[in-house]
Amino acid sequence: MVYDNPDDVKIGLEVHVQLNKLKTKLFCGCSTDYHNSDPNSHVCPVCLGLPGSLPVINERAVEFAIKIGLALNCSIVEQTQFHRKNYYYPDLPKGFQTTQYDYPIAGNGKIVIEGEDGERVIRITRAHMEEDPGRLQHIGNIERSKGTLINYNRSGMALIEIVSEPDMRSPKEARRYLDKLRSILDYLDVFNGDLEGAMRVDANVSVFNGQRVEVKNISSFKGAERALLYEIMRQKNHIRRGGTITMETRHFDEARGVTLSMRTKEEEHDYRYFPEPDLVPLRVADRVPEVIKTLPELPDAKKERFMKEYNIADMHARALTIEIKVANFYEEVVSKVDPKVAAVWVADILKGELNYRDLTIDAFRVEDIVDVMELVIANSITEQSGVEIIRTVLDHGGKPQDIINKKGLLKVEDNIVAKAVEEAIAQNPEAVADYRAGKEKSLNFIVGKVMQKTKGRADAREARERLIEKLKE
Amino acid sequence: MAAWTDISGIRQKIADSSAEEVTASYIDIIGKSKINGFTTLWDEAINVARDIDANSHDGPLAGVPIAIKENISTKGISTTCSSKILQGYVPPYDAHVIERLKEAGAVILGKTNMDEFAMGTSTESSYYGPTLNPWDPSRVPGGSSGGSAAVVAAGEAPVSLGSDTGGSVRCPAAFCGTVGLKPTYGCISRYGLISYANSLEQIGPLATNVADIAAIMEVVAGHDPRDSTSINKENTYIDALAEGVEGMRIGVPEEYLSHGIDEKVEKLVWDSIHTFEDLGASYENVSLPHTRYALAAYYIIAMSEASSNLARFDGTRYGFCAEGDNWHLMASKTRAEGFGAEVKRRILLGTYALSAGYQDKYYLKALKVRTLVKQDFERALANVDVLMGPTMPTPAFRIGEKIGDPLSLYMSDVNTVPINLAGVPSISVPCGFADNMPVGLQITGTHFDEKTIMKAAYNFEQNTEHHKKRPPEVA
Amino acid sequence: MITKEEVEHVGWLARIDISDDESYAYAQKLNSVLDYFGQLDEVDTEDVPPTYHVADIVNVFREDKVQDSMPQEEVLANTEHKHDGNFKAPRII
Repeated sequence: MVYDNPDDVKIGLEVHVQLNKLKTKLFCGCSTDYHNSDPNSHVCPVCLGLPGSLPVINERAVEFAIKIGLALNCSIVEQTQFHRKNYYYPDLPKGFQTTQYDYPIAGNGKIVIEGEDGERVIRITRAHMEEDPGRLQHIGNIERSKGTLINYNRSGMALIEIVSEPDMRSPKEARRYLDKLRSILDYLDVFNGDLEGAMRVDANVSVFNGQRVEVKNISSFKGAERALLYEIMRQKNHIRRGGTITMETRHFDEARGVTLSMRTKEEEHDYRYFPEPDLVPLRVADRVPEVIKTLPELPDAKKERFMKEYNIADMHARALTIEIKVANFYEEVVSKVDPKVAAVWVADILKGELNYRDLTIDAFRVEDIVDVMELVIANSITEQSGVEIIRTVLDHGGKPQDIINKKGLLKVEDNIVAKAVEEAIAQNPEAVADYRAGKEKSLNFIVGKVMQKTKGRADAREARERLIEKLKE
Repeated sequence: MAAWTDISGIRQKIADSSAEEVTASYIDIIGKSKINGFTTLWDEAINVARDIDANSHDGPLAGVPIAIKENISTKGISTTCSSKILQGYVPPYDAHVIERLKEAGAVILGKTNMDEFAMGTSTESSYYGPTLNPWDPSRVPGGSSGGSAAVVAAGEAPVSLGSDTGGSVRCPAAFCGTVGLKPTYGCISRYGLISYANSLEQIGPLATNVADIAAIMEVVAGHDPRDSTSINKENTYIDALAEGVEGMRIGVPEEYLSHGIDEKVEKLVWDSIHTFEDLGASYENVSLPHTRYALAAYYIIAMSEASSNLARFDGTRYGFCAEGDNWHLMASKTRAEGFGAEVKRRILLGTYALSAGYQDKYYLKALKVRTLVKQDFERALANVDVLMGPTMPTPAFRIGEKIGDPLSLYMSDVNTVPINLAGVPSISVPCGFADNMPVGLQITGTHFDEKTIMKAAYNFEQNTEHHKKRPPEVA
Repeated sequence: MITKEEVEHVGWLARIDISDDESYAYAQKLNSVLDYFGQLDEVDTEDVPPTYHVADIVNVFREDKVQDSMPQEEVLANTEHKHDGNFKAPRII
């Protein structure tokens, strides 16, 4: 397996996942439901770092972390503890971040993605728990700002930081890794990826076996791909011009699509990690057996099962299992209709229409797609009408039956079409004569008459074919 | 009313008159104070006392006035750790111990002076100026809970709360002639106690007698789910006092009676031990061989933790704030101007001890020595019930005497800090006078065996007169 | 020995502004304490585990149950530097 990677691009990703499906923050009882709330309305002495306040670990956050570790094929550490990472920044109300250091809760894992040349294994170095800082908003831009506004609603949210080895070879692979990661996390029901800031990415990139550069401040998957494309191009150009790449941290400017060097005195770090005296150790090993029981079937396993159980193509099985909601939707559908047909309708048609509208599967009801498919299978409506019903439901709402009635999409019965054809021929002798004399266009006129008589419910192509047949007699 | 009244005396007084009258009389005494023990008086105190009267509050401390150290958070009452950097900070919440005291009906009189951020042994480094020792105003009251000890000694409050990181309750108790308890680590919730060195410290009560210490412990000790290091263990305090000390085995660590101890202090300690013998106890010499390294280990750990604990004071959310062209400069100016000299020294040393390249030499090494110190106690306490020695090697020193020399100040903690490293409980009780200044006997026990050391202290107190002597102004 | 430059570096790490002449005085005082700390080198700690916590407990948790947060005005009550419900600080760089 040799993939042409002459530039030796190596990409590793650090992904911060916010466990926003928890009800409360990592170390205090403040609600995680702060999106769309007033600034500093979801804070307490603990997450505001008030003097004298103390942290207590959210038990479910630890369960989520173990679950994620297991799903990423990691080994789970026997015992761990939280450390303080000491540095000063206005979004950090205690002057340190509570995080994990030498014993991350999970490590040595892997996930498989579709690489440029087949399957590629991306090794997971570690996954550890930490707290989210508050949110800063610069008045003006960061370099020439007049001041900073600080909102601590996000402060103390539970994060899992998932660190990969530099096993990705292109921005596209990085994107696929991120998609796969999100898919797994979706399955675990630990986070809602649609919420702002739910997944944040830092990347490290090197080319030609050179020094690695860290790119921070990437806030979307699309952004990750763009940031990496830019950074790889920048490094290559720099080397071609005779420069050398030095280890540094750069920020991605999403608006301009470029990475900027941020070397300042503040970047010289000595984090002085030490164990958090206010938290006692976690004997994680004790909890693994019960968490294993809660582990759902994961995307890869589900895909395999779909192929076997429903006898559908690899491509369909993959498309149906990326999102857990789509997979569940499909399984409900196949309890009522043929799995192979269902795969086409759900994976190709419905997902296509949803993607086009930037909608999720939540926008469509199982019973509606079942109705549509049953009508198509019974030959009561055309495939075209089926698609039209789906579009109408998505754009205007309503039930398929009402749409069929309203739009008159039901295919008309054979005898009605046949009767209309005969009447049309009998009532329009001139047009018939013209056609027979070689004037092809006059057939259109007769087809129009058939459509009029059936009030448009006949299939135009079918009407034309029947007419041609009849006029040969 | 008479100063130096104990809790049972106060309860009698309340029954005869009212909680309001008791509180008013303390406010009156405090108003005439010359020792600078209180930093803030709570203007609601008298109203709280009135409510207690009006509702016939029947809590165990109903109407009992209490003074609280400046580093314990009190909702609506300024809590500054006697530091400029917390100037104007008013906590929006009560510490766990304050919640419990309020429930029990105690009346918070106000906040007491301390060494800035509890870093000291003399209460001289306070932003509010030094507290004076009621026995001799030219001397320090000890520290860091100097205000809490001095106000009790001066009769300005019957009981108080302090905090003890390396002796900060026991030292001022000894210097001011009061009783002071440092409970087992994990015995009292630290929720709301502003951290100096969080792996070492505990809140502890100060009073004129052991029974009052027990009464406060009944209220403030116990499990709190908001402090992960708070241990869920049943413990009784008042009941323990009824028993005698016959058959009690006392260990006298030779290291606590060696180098640097005042001869008069040493004699008082031996006199005390002989008193215990008279009461049916026996003693033997024991050794805590790592004591001489405990001081260095203690300071490294305390300073390291402090450097991180005090990082939150950056001028952004509360307290003093300096001008600065950008946030980092603002923070470093705020901290340069807001912290006093000793606090800055300790933050710098702690930062250094944790920094890359030095962490193993200082911080990690100190934690290993901590293990050895802890094992010393386990070994010694396997054969005896309690350890006894002088709380402080000398009586209270003069104000200004040790101010320019941090090391000599650190040295005076030599007998108190090992106990915090081991996390065991320890109580200081008055055991006599040297040059007219009080001296404290330190009694130390095993984890969560407050019962035994309080029983020893109580029996000693019942059979001696030292604790009945008052400072000149009060008598 | 801690040098004047190290004092300045540590001062920056700890965000304590130290002037040029102060750093020399600090270096002297800190060195006398560090000398004293150096006596720990005498102790044999081979095979001695560090004590991070004196209390031997593990797995202390909190239930994932929402508790009240503070009202916004209480959150901001201890500072004058605020704007539209946010804390306001000087620019970062």
